[in-house]
Amino acid sequence: MTKKEKVLISGNHALAEAAIRAGCRFYFGYPITPQNEVAEYMANNMPKAGGTFIQAESEIASIYMVLGASVTGARAMTSSSSPGISLKQEGISFLAGQELPAVIVNIMRGGPGLGNIDGCQGDYFQAVKGGGHGDYRTIVLAPSSVQELVDLVGLAFDLADKYRNPAMILGDGQLGQMREPVIFPDPIKNLPEKEWALRGAKGRPSRFSRSLILNVRLEEEHNWKLQRKYREIESSEVRYEGLMLDDAEMVVFAFGSAARIVKGAIKRVRKEGLKVGLFRPITLWPFPKKAVKALAGQTKEFLVFELNTGQMVEDVKLALEGKGEVFFYGRPGGVIPTPMDVATIIGSRYYQRIKRRAK
Amino acid sequence: MKLVRGRPKLLKPKKYHYCSGCGHSIVHNLMLELIEELDIADRTIGVAPAGCAVLAYDYMDVDIVESAHGRGPAIATGIKRSLPGAFVFTYQGDGDLAAIGTAESIHAAARGEQIMTVFINNGIYGMTGGQMAPTTLQGMKATTAPEGRSPSREGYTLDLSALLAQIPGVVYAQRVTVNSPKAIRQTKKALETAIRCQLEGEPGLSLIEVLSMCPTNWKKSPLESCVWIDEVMSKVFPVGVLADRRKNAQKAVAPNVD
Repeated sequence: MTKKEKVLISGNHALAEAAIRAGCRFYFGYPITPQNEVAEYMANNMPKAGGTFIQAESEIASIYMVLGASVTGARAMTSSSSPGISLKQEGISFLAGQELPAVIVNIMRGGPGLGNIDGCQGDYFQAVKGGGHGDYRTIVLAPSSVQELVDLVGLAFDLADKYRNPAMILGDGQLGQMREPVIFPDPIKNLPEKEWALRGAKGRPSRFSRSLILNVRLEEEHNWKLQRKYREIESSEVRYEGLMLDDAEMVVFAFGSAARIVKGAIKRVRKEGLKVGLFRPITLWPFPKKAVKALAGQTKEFLVFELNTGQMVEDVKLALEGKGEVFFYGRPGGVIPTPMDVATIIGSRYYQRIKRRAK
Repeated sequence: MKLVRGRPKLLKPKKYHYCSGCGHSIVHNLMLELIEELDIADRTIGVAPAGCAVLAYDYMDVDIVESAHGRGPAIATGIKRSLPGAFVFTYQGDGDLAAIGTAESIHAAARGEQIMTVFINNGIYGMTGGQMAPTTLQGMKATTAPEGRSPSREGYTLDLSALLAQIPGVVYAQRVTVNSPKAIRQTKKALETAIRCQLEGEPGLSLIEVLSMCPTNWKKSPLESCVWIDEVMSKVFPVGVLADRRKNAQKAVAPNVD
């Protein structure tokens, strides 16, 4: 693959290639649909890049292999789908507590329990509210196309290293399985050394990496330190996309694949003259609170569409601080409505709230 | 006057928090002596467990990462694959290795990871206050087996080292104890053999299980605890070499370090 050449590739293969190009040399995973192609791609291509691929005995083992590689300063990744991500949560909490960078990819499927293998967004709460035990945050990036998936994998590694924090890519079965044309970035040649890494105490005092702090005052200080870091991330790393917001009388919120459906729906309702725009958070944590709140100065009519029964809608309401009416439409369990379906929902809401008022 | 044995140079100037009569400090000292004698301190990375030895970094003056309960062999896998030239060890208790971390222990062995595992078996959960371990003997009382362990109620005693020794990816496995000066010398030899396996590139995991005293939770005096290992515990967990698949067994035998 040469530079600037477009490649038709599935989301799962693309994210694996993007990770290798981002300097990831350690991938540990366990088979689970709908993201098995990530591990298969890594098994074939990671050794060629001089890296290590291990099919671990469990999701739990794979996240701790990531922790082990990360503590030596290497870029390491694991991927899974919803039930497997639940198993990794203990390790994600340890990564956060020990301030170790890592990239975790969740190609979500329907749930709860084993659920099914179709695309779903039911893991929003788990991803953005902590997931594992303790007072921590994971950087969560939600791509809505294969190209954006590629770009955000690279960003996830950079942010994880910059803030010494786990970063998660939150995609779903549709994104993992769909093929789209992609332009890959050039491979990263050299990464800076990490001055905190454990590589043997050569020419320096020995170091340790821990999360157990028995002294409650020190543990509190460690927690405040983490919180200061999280506030810094919240002020510096918010990312979102706005579509046709300038004249919008109604704003639809959606992330990931759901936003793709909304884009199709908005095209349709715009043809009917309805002034509807899309606000798509790209960072689910940090959530674009300020930008969402600012929209309340423009309109009071909001609609949230998710492939779940209503999770991000809570963050939208929190960000709006009671300003405006928030209507929710969602389909759980792996059902994917068409743009036409969503256009009908948007249209009926629009007519109820805006057209009626105009009369 | 000649100093025969002093405080290991790699032992940080901190008083051990272990109970009197506990085996952990003896094993720590032996490991630190060997790391110094073999001159590998600058390429050693240890993985400390959840359990009494969780504070190993307070004592061992080498790079140490603390593990979640049972996950040491997975963490050590990530470290060793990233730094093949490093000496990587896990230090694990019986709950860590043979209960919550069973899968990680067995599969690190199955993959033949080139790491050393030091397995401290005292048949009880020490740090949490005397609960039953997978290695608790039949009839032995624990806070969660108040009537004494019975096969019909709490199940059988698990000898995970014997299971691990069956796996081709285990290059060396030996069970030892630290209940007498002689046993301590033998343990040091065993640990040296296990360390050398890794330094000499023997293809697999090396395992040293140490039958270790826990007077506090056994509710015995330190001396009674030492005697109990000989008279009772080592009957269920016999000391000796459990597996030796070294390519160059002769070459790798430890020199006399007595």
